[in-house]
Amino acid sequence: MSKPLTCDVVVVGAGVVGAACALYAARAGLDTVVVDRGPVAGGTTGAGEGNLLVSDKEPGPELDLALLSARLWSELAGEGLGKAVEYEAKGGVVVAGTGAALAGLERLAAGQRAAGVEAVPVPPDRLPDLEPYLAPGLAGGVHYPQDAQVMPALAAAHLLRASDARLLTGREMTGVLRGPDGAVRGVRTDRGDIHAPAVVNAAGTWGGEVAARAGVSLPVLPRRGFVLVTEPLPPRIRHKVYAADYVADVASDSAALQTSPVVEGTPAGPVLIGASRERVGFDRSLSLPALRALAAGATRLFPFLAGVRAMRTYAGFRPYLPDHLPAIGPDPRAPGLLHACGHEGAGIGLATGTGQLIAQVLTGRTPDLDLGPFRPDRFPEEAE
Amino acid sequence: MNPLELARARPGPAFTVTFDGRPVEALPGQTVAAVLWSAGVTSWRTTRGEGRPRGVFCGIGVCFDCLVTVNGRPNQRACLLPVRPGDVIGTQEGTGHAD
Repeated sequence: MSKPLTCDVVVVGAGVVGAACALYAARAGLDTVVVDRGPVAGGTTGAGEGNLLVSDKEPGPELDLALLSARLWSELAGEGLGKAVEYEAKGGVVVAGTGAALAGLERLAAGQRAAGVEAVPVPPDRLPDLEPYLAPGLAGGVHYPQDAQVMPALAAAHLLRASDARLLTGREMTGVLRGPDGAVRGVRTDRGDIHAPAVVNAAGTWGGEVAARAGVSLPVLPRRGFVLVTEPLPPRIRHKVYAADYVADVASDSAALQTSPVVEGTPAGPVLIGASRERVGFDRSLSLPALRALAAGATRLFPFLAGVRAMRTYAGFRPYLPDHLPAIGPDPRAPGLLHACGHEGAGIGLATGTGQLIAQVLTGRTPDLDLGPFRPDRFPEEAE
Repeated sequence: MNPLELARARPGPAFTVTFDGRPVEALPGQTVAAVLWSAGVTSWRTTRGEGRPRGVFCGIGVCFDCLVTVNGRPNQRACLLPVRPGDVIGTQEGTGHAD
């Protein structure tokens, strides 16, 4: 048994959200310890695609968080982390196949512009200037220059390294230490206690489980998503390109399989093809229908992909809360406990803003955004 | 000892494939990687970034390090791909696709 550690804040979860919380907490002068039962980026983060998107968000609190996060990612890249995390400010292009879909997309873009998003309409004859290999006959699209990309596992690792936080992997948080007044005093782990007046739940898809170990309920549930990976190709797809129906899928409450093509090149060469969503619990088994739908959707957008082979696929769980907003901020039910989880399929992108907000709360500053919509206790308690 | 003897294998008659234009002997049931190794070739791809040599790393289809061009199709895993008579195997540079 190692001797008890003492610090200012314990972050549970060494994914990209935990890493960003650690980075901004450490920069605010807090002595920070990160614990994870697995390795860095071994859970939700490692199965992500690395989208930093403002384009897929309706105006509202999540879009505000995305805009804050996009600015912070860009700052981190400017500080020299960009190359290490494969940050690419490549921009996004959302395309519509029909006039009706384009009308919907343009309505969304108008609202986003009012909220501070750069969204430039692209008539069909200008689409090839942005993406020469796009299918002909599309009705039009919108260009979002603020969309960007990082490599998720590298992002988590390098943010953690930049934070100088103490990193304890392979160590499982089993409970929260509480004082006689109910306030949090640290965490219990399978290898000793860690004492701290604040604990941040950044456990991604397993955020509900960590909350339960801290004695509170948080209804985080998994949504399974597959990503198809092609053979390496020379650069042919310049932006994040996706069909307008992706936005509707992201906001959907349906449990059934949904796929809408999201296609992007990577610096390493392979093209990544997302995004499927289905609610099947923590079932990791391969779904051929999901993969077929992804491939078909991507080929509709980029016909040349029909002659390219998919080499592998990976799946992961996107942690969602019933209203599709993350839980960010202090939990009044357990003073000293904060949550930073439930970002669904947007956690890589939203990590920086989340980390900044958490650090501001931890150091008693006014958060950059109103945390009201992200309150972790906004859901009715489950019946016992 | 030759692994064929160890396994008491009795493969069918050998046939010929080519690697970068030169004839190489192959046995039915071998993978492309096994054929190249038997011929003393341990590298048949260069990396996309810095042009470094690559061949078999994991040998079981997981790592995608042994990618090779066979019959004009790039990015096939040499460790999994069974060899066939007359196969034209070639060193793959970078993505294997023309830029």
